[in-house]
Amino acid sequence: MKQMRCFTAAAVAALMAGVPMAPALAETPPNMLVIANRIDDIKTFDPAESFEFAGADVSRNVYEKLVNFDPMDLDAGFGPQLAASWEISEDGKTITFTMAEGHVFSSGNPVTAKDAEFSLRRAVLLNKTPSFILTQFGFTPENVEDTIVATDDMTLQITLDKEYALSFVLNCLTATIGGIVDMETVMANETDGDMGNAWLRTNTAGSGPYKVVEWKPNESVLMDLNPSYGGEAPAMERVIVQHIQESATQRLLLERGDIDVARNLSPEDIAGLDDVEGVKVIDELRGRLMYFSANQKKEMLADPKVIEALKFATDYEGMANSFLKGQYTVHQAFLPLTFLGALEDKPFSYDMDAAKAALAESGYPDCGPIAISVRDAQERMDIGQSLQNTWGQLGCDIELIVGTGAQTLDRYRAREHDIYLGAWGPDYPDPNTNAGTFAYNPDNSDEAGATGLLAWRNAWDPGEMSDKTLAAVQENDTETRKQMYLDLQAEHQKVSPFGVMFQQIEQNAMGETVENFVAGGATTAVSYWVITK
Amino acid sequence: MPPVPPWLKKLGSTLVTVAVTILGLLFVTFMIGRVMPIDPVLAVIGERATQEQYNEVFYDLGLDKPLIVQFAIYVANVLQGDFGTSIRTGQQVSDDIARVFPATLELATLGTLIGVFLGVPLGVLAAVRRGSWIDQLARFVGLIGYSMPIFWLGLVGLLLFYGILNWVSGPGRVGIFYQGIVEPITGMLLVDSTLRGEWEVFRDAFSHIILPASLLGYYSLAYISRMTRSFMLEQLNSEYIITARVKGLSERKVIWHHAFRNIRIQLITVIALAYANLLEGSVLTEIIFAWPGIGQYITVSLLANDMNAVLGGTIVIGTIFVCLNIFSDLLYRFFDPRSK
Repeated sequence: MKQMRCFTAAAVAALMAGVPMAPALAETPPNMLVIANRIDDIKTFDPAESFEFAGADVSRNVYEKLVNFDPMDLDAGFGPQLAASWEISEDGKTITFTMAEGHVFSSGNPVTAKDAEFSLRRAVLLNKTPSFILTQFGFTPENVEDTIVATDDMTLQITLDKEYALSFVLNCLTATIGGIVDMETVMANETDGDMGNAWLRTNTAGSGPYKVVEWKPNESVLMDLNPSYGGEAPAMERVIVQHIQESATQRLLLERGDIDVARNLSPEDIAGLDDVEGVKVIDELRGRLMYFSANQKKEMLADPKVIEALKFATDYEGMANSFLKGQYTVHQAFLPLTFLGALEDKPFSYDMDAAKAALAESGYPDCGPIAISVRDAQERMDIGQSLQNTWGQLGCDIELIVGTGAQTLDRYRAREHDIYLGAWGPDYPDPNTNAGTFAYNPDNSDEAGATGLLAWRNAWDPGEMSDKTLAAVQENDTETRKQMYLDLQAEHQKVSPFGVMFQQIEQNAMGETVENFVAGGATTAVSYWVITK
Repeated sequence: MPPVPPWLKKLGSTLVTVAVTILGLLFVTFMIGRVMPIDPVLAVIGERATQEQYNEVFYDLGLDKPLIVQFAIYVANVLQGDFGTSIRTGQQVSDDIARVFPATLELATLGTLIGVFLGVPLGVLAAVRRGSWIDQLARFVGLIGYSMPIFWLGLVGLLLFYGILNWVSGPGRVGIFYQGIVEPITGMLLVDSTLRGEWEVFRDAFSHIILPASLLGYYSLAYISRMTRSFMLEQLNSEYIITARVKGLSERKVIWHHAFRNIRIQLITVIALAYANLLEGSVLTEIIFAWPGIGQYITVSLLANDMNAVLGGTIVIGTIFVCLNIFSDLLYRFFDPRSK
């Protein structure tokens, strides 16, 4: 059915290319931003629990953090926000934050170090999925009262279990889970000792530029200005994000001027906007990677030469320039471009001679049957079919096993796949987020059950790379740390059973008067407060 | 002990039938959900969760208990009005359904009304003038309605009537300027805006609903007109119609007072079925027109293995089917004295 829908949508896109639209009669008000996006992944607005893309978009505009990224200069990395400054102790384990003045929650309560203490402790105590971003520093429900402490209204101290690179810790605090909530408001809405978790699922209590006024699941999110916001007043006083599933529908709305930004246009619809006046498309590199990986429990796939052959028999440019055009760029390292230490080298290109030579050197010169687990998303099935074609030319007998996301993921976590064709997005904007899953697996046994680690899911023991990954998170010299990740990725490209293929490009179409739309790059989420039109 | 009145017996047996039907439907849906090769825990916590978090949710969901016990607990909760929480929206399923069902009800009702008011006369005319251009037109309309994918027609309709001609408003239930103005009473915007006297909102909501409703109406029309034509042809070839004509009755009387009266009961079944189909089967229309209805809600929930939401939606749709059946029975009894 999905393929049929894609076909008809493409046909309609072709039709749309040939007919003149009625002039844009409607125009959104100058102080209101209307966005079409797929927001059906939002489950909660609680920063201690939210871990979805659309939820992160809301959170970034509602909650401030101790440190954060400036949307107008993402390359600069983290900078002060609720914390005006910070100091690290001599042993490198205690970070003392001095709070900035002038930040106020939407309730009118001033932001203090007590709120920061409450928010970070709460995230650890609630132990929701994203809590690992904080607990990896040794915070536990049992020790948070000692390790996360507000010594007064303006000072917060956090004590780590060992020395880490300061940039690693602060990068993690820029993630959604680092959002600081209004303790008084949240605790006033606590039920059954949930620290306001149920209430914060549908309400917000932040000091960011906006507050959520209304959320209708799968329908819309409406945000208004936080009247107490301490920063410069945003030009957009109201932001409405409407859930529009279909690309063709988003395009129609944009061309008619009923929305300002369309965030999920297909390549056909993006191409169709080329000749449309009053509309522009902005490309932005995001953090999502597309990769294939081989289960090392399968004898043939555990042969490094077979993996090398498969990497050479992949038509990276062919895919990137056809059905993935504009949506993905070729990238072959586990850190997305724009991350600290991202490796730009692309050692593999579509070279059937090199692939055949590598296969001939392997223990399986005739290849054999390989099943590729693919999720039923169009772009992944297209990639799967391309792999089926080019790997088939090596003599491999390729079968595509298509399933829902949950079905393929179940097999992957159970280490039952041959080849998994997957996507991975960073959890927080530090290189360790990917290094710690692609190149780290201290215990490869089935009993370890480290389902969160991609290396474990593929039954791959990275050997010394696990130690190198750990060493990199403790290196405080940024240049040295960067070099450590560059080396790690170069080695990973050579020896790992991962074939990283692409990095996502997000193409957002918008009215030509919309300025400063920043989707968040590879490191963060969208920032509405800087947008003008 | 006084004898139980027949109507009470009938009512009792109807209620038992309804309860057993819905329980059976729930059981089948519940079991399908549990045996699907999808891990419901992962649907809640996502793929990055630790094993400890996984185990916690596994026990919270009661998945360690035997299937039949899980089902019994679910039914007991439902009987207390607790449909559970949707893992996809994080909200009570009853609240979700109260929000999405009126949207579908409004759309399907208008669609069915369009289908009936155009489809029945077209079917009658096609039968009466068999072989004429009207008959050909009815067949053509029916053929297009059956063969064209609704996804295609919806997008083309949107392109033509919204994008090019600018006759109707775009996707969604109401424009951004009118959102949140009308305090919900029934949840159906056309009804609520009328009751509140918000005519601007009514006009905007009507401008949004008319295209998807017409599209659904067209599909109903194709089905209803074809069935009406078929029923009418059967009647028009009957001997009593020849007798009526021989007696010198006007053609109008023959058609509407004799032939049409005799197809009403069959038509009621057809219309009820068409209505029920629109209530639960307009998923693609809801997706194209960004219409937050129950069809889309159940489908997306099923794909995410959000079984509380699927089961809640199943109860609603199942109850509607049963109620429509009972309603059809009542109308039978009203129109056909023989069935009393």
